[in-house]
Amino acid sequence: MITGYAIAVSACAAGVAIWAFVLVVLHREPEKPLLMGVGAIEALLAVQAVISVVMLIGGGEPGSMLTFLAYLVGSLLVLPLGTVWALAERTRSSTAILGVLCLTIPVLLLRMVEVWGGASA
Amino acid sequence: MPDQPSRPQSSGADRPATASGPGRVLIVVYAIFAVGATSRAAVQIATRFDEAPVPYALSAFAAVVYVLATVALARTGRAWWRVALVSCSVEMTGVLVVGTLSVFDRAAFPDATVWSNFGMGYLFIPLVLPVIGLLWLRRTRPA
Repeated sequence: MITGYAIAVSACAAGVAIWAFVLVVLHREPEKPLLMGVGAIEALLAVQAVISVVMLIGGGEPGSMLTFLAYLVGSLLVLPLGTVWALAERTRSSTAILGVLCLTIPVLLLRMVEVWGGASA
Repeated sequence: MPDQPSRPQSSGADRPATASGPGRVLIVVYAIFAVGATSRAAVQIATRFDEAPVPYALSAFAAVVYVLATVALARTGRAWWRVALVSCSVEMTGVLVVGTLSVFDRAAFPDATVWSNFGMGYLFIPLVLPVIGLLWLRRTRPA
C-alpha cells in the first residue's frame, strides 16, 4: 500500500459521505452526481487494490496476509453491494445509506494501512 | 421523525416494515458489523484460537447475533420481527455484560471483541446500535 494514496482516497470518501449527509438534511433522494461521486471512489479503490497487489507480488509482507486480503476484497465490495441495496427503495434513506457506505472506506483503509505496517489483526 | 415521506407500505398495515425507509440505513450498519464481526472471528479462530479461546468464542457469538439481526430486520413478517427482537435484545445484553466484564476484569479479555469496553474500539457503535434497533422494532411492531 501507499499510505499517502490511501489517505487521499479516505479524504475523498469522507467528502462524498459529507455530501450525502447534506443531501439527507435537504430531503433529497440520491441523484446522478452523488452516484457518480460514489462511482469515482470505487474507481480510486480499484487503483488502490492494483497498487497493493503489485506491491504484494513485489515482496510486500503485511502483518497478516489473510486479514489484508480480506480487507482488500471487502474494500472493493462495500460500495457496489451497498449501492444496490440503497437503490432498491429510493427514498431520502437511500442517500443516507450511500453516506454510511462512504464512511466505512476510511475505516477499512486505516485498518489496511495498520495491517500492511505489520499489525497482525 | 413523524410523517416521513418515506413512510413504508407493508401490505395494508399502517406500521412500517422493518426493511423500509430509515430501517434500511439501520440494516446497512448491521450488515457492516455482521460482515466485519464474522470475518474477524473467522480469522481469530482459524489462526490463533488457543491464545484466547473465550474472547474468540465470544467474537463468533457476536458475529452470529449480528448476522441474525441483519437478516431478521431485512425480512418482513411477524416471525422475523420476533427474531429481530430477540437478536437485538441479546446484542444489548451482550454489549452490556461483556462491556462491564472487560472493564473490571481485563485479564479475562486479553484480546478485543466487538463488545469489549462497550464497543469503544468501534466508536461505541455496538452500544448504540441495539438501542436504535430496539426503538425501530417498537415502531414497527406488528399490529
